[in-house]
Amino acid sequence: STDPLTIETSVPFTPHLVDAPSRSVDTSPQELLTFFRDMAMMRRMEIAADSLYKAKLIRGFCHLYDGQEAVAIGMEAAITKKDSIITAYRDHCTYIGRGGTLLEMFSELMGRRDGCSKGKGGSMHFYKKENRFYGGHGIVGAQVPLGCGIAFAQKYNKEDTVTFAMYGDGAANQGQLFEALNISALWDLPVILVCENNHYGMGTAEWRAAKSPAYYKRGDYVPGLKVDGMDVLAVKQACRFAKEHVLKNGPMILEMDTYRYHGHSMSDPGSTYRTRDEISGVRQERDPIERVRKLILSHDLATEKELKDIEKELRKEVDDAIAKAKESPMPDPSDLFTNVYVKGLGTESFGADRKEVRTVLP
Amino acid sequence: HELLLFEALREGLEEEMDRDPSVCVMGEDVGHYGGSYKVTKGLADKYGDLRVLDTPIAENAFTGMGIGAAMTGLRPIVEGMNMGFLLLAFNQISNNCGMLHYTSGGQFKIPIVIRGPGGVGRQLGAEHSQRLESYFQSIPGIQMVACSTPYNAKGLMKAAIRSENPVILFEHVLLYNLKERIPDEEYICNLEEAEMVRPGEHVTILTYSRMRYHVMQAAKTLVNKGYDPEVIDIRSLKPFDLHTIGNSVKKTHRVLIVEECMRTGGIGASLTAAITENFNDYLDAPIVCLSSQDVPTPYAGTLEEWTVVQPAQIVTAVEQLCQ
Repeated sequence: STDPLTIETSVPFTPHLVDAPSRSVDTSPQELLTFFRDMAMMRRMEIAADSLYKAKLIRGFCHLYDGQEAVAIGMEAAITKKDSIITAYRDHCTYIGRGGTLLEMFSELMGRRDGCSKGKGGSMHFYKKENRFYGGHGIVGAQVPLGCGIAFAQKYNKEDTVTFAMYGDGAANQGQLFEALNISALWDLPVILVCENNHYGMGTAEWRAAKSPAYYKRGDYVPGLKVDGMDVLAVKQACRFAKEHVLKNGPMILEMDTYRYHGHSMSDPGSTYRTRDEISGVRQERDPIERVRKLILSHDLATEKELKDIEKELRKEVDDAIAKAKESPMPDPSDLFTNVYVKGLGTESFGADRKEVRTVLP
Repeated sequence: HELLLFEALREGLEEEMDRDPSVCVMGEDVGHYGGSYKVTKGLADKYGDLRVLDTPIAENAFTGMGIGAAMTGLRPIVEGMNMGFLLLAFNQISNNCGMLHYTSGGQFKIPIVIRGPGGVGRQLGAEHSQRLESYFQSIPGIQMVACSTPYNAKGLMKAAIRSENPVILFEHVLLYNLKERIPDEEYICNLEEAEMVRPGEHVTILTYSRMRYHVMQAAKTLVNKGYDPEVIDIRSLKPFDLHTIGNSVKKTHRVLIVEECMRTGGIGASLTAAITENFNDYLDAPIVCLSSQDVPTPYAGTLEEWTVVQPAQIVTAVEQLCQ
């Protein structure tokens, strides 16, 4: 059936200086099936990245998003590609949510030429300019002032669009966040600070790093909303609400209560600072994909087998993309010097071989 | 028409704001107050609070916001009230401003200008007398220019604003009131070009910013003593104009560098390395580099004077170099 559905969020929103939106979220069978498919694909993709890392095809830093998929998906469902998103280093799924391709993603992860950043960025540096995805940033918290600046440009250009500036609970303690929020509030910028609270900044539990882990309240004079970040419909509702709010009133904070199944990065087994019971408990009780699967089944929107078939298809889609990415060539030595400057200025004045004098004068 | 250096900067800024609606200015007290060195005087009245933005004292955040705005195509000019304050924004300038074009595989350009006064002034104390070009020079992806006359101040300001690359424009606290007659018609300077100040045959003196005037003072004495020095204001601190510099070295075979930057890891040190690497065959004598002493700039006037290079030292250095 294609009749619209209304579904109650799992837990109520907790508001700060604002009236919470309704717990009843409008959706449709089509939307729920798309949510399932998109989140399952992200899950599959991150698991595949884990294997590629263990096979040493992906090196360096690699931060996986599995567990947090509902945030990326719910957010996209509430906004358009004219709105902007910027995030930190756990950026694979946000990039895919913005319309990035599996091929460009896996190519970038393996440092290939066909990567979204030509192999020069790596796991932490995914971008998609045409869909207003501003990265992909490696320094904890430093992307938030950038996001506020993007929102400033939106206001400057008199657009009716907003920016979602995402950060984790670890970054929530960075001073620059409060600086940028103050300026954004003074200038009434259309920016939403999205705190993806996965409860651990690397291995430091939130309460060991924040005197007040109520991140939705930490804007003081800025309104906030605490959201169940494992419930894709709640995320959608909150983001739609926030977009409307910030266009009229200036910034807002959304705290997404979420969880990462993997460790912080590939060198972290993720089990020294939390118990295995805690992880499996979240998986059983709050998993964002399972929640949608149950909704689909209980409303008879698809059969268990149909959902399994979708997952099988996705596995193939991911495997095909990886096979193709493996065929992408490594960057050429000449790529080393491109994109340092917009014109190739200066980079060659010492010469790659450090012998040749080639001053590039326009 | 004749104007002071700060007015030349202001004129360049105003012309570019007239020309391009995506140019905006942000910084501490740039708006209603008019800029602590009056570079943005009157602009807030003319362009309004959306294009001339007074920020809180939060360099890290507003520099980052300028960079974010630049990612979308705006052309913000971020003023550091004093260069020393920009250290609070160093992460944004290095990790984001300098690297984003590269890490995004060329997707994003950062057409921002970061500018402000630096250098040793009149007893301003350690923090407000810094030459941060030494800190910024190793950031890949950033261009750096230093202005020294009203003419090049205006021309470089306009070029920096039009550049698709992030540019740091270094001004000097003691040069804002220099007066000069500049053309009435529009002009811009090349960001990558050195300026031939005085052609000569005996020795190449490379300098920039305020030290240009100490060098020219010394040059007078040197000419009276029978020397014919070639003085070049390198202007582009990154990348160096090795074309102009190289041709001069080929002619004079001797190089003296005079800078206000720090002795250790400064512009002079990098320049020495670049010349040795590229033009060693043309040198008849080792390069001499006169820099500031490696000390926090002292408050006391006499101590401060001993910190930076004085004209008499330049004369002595040339005499020794040309023996």
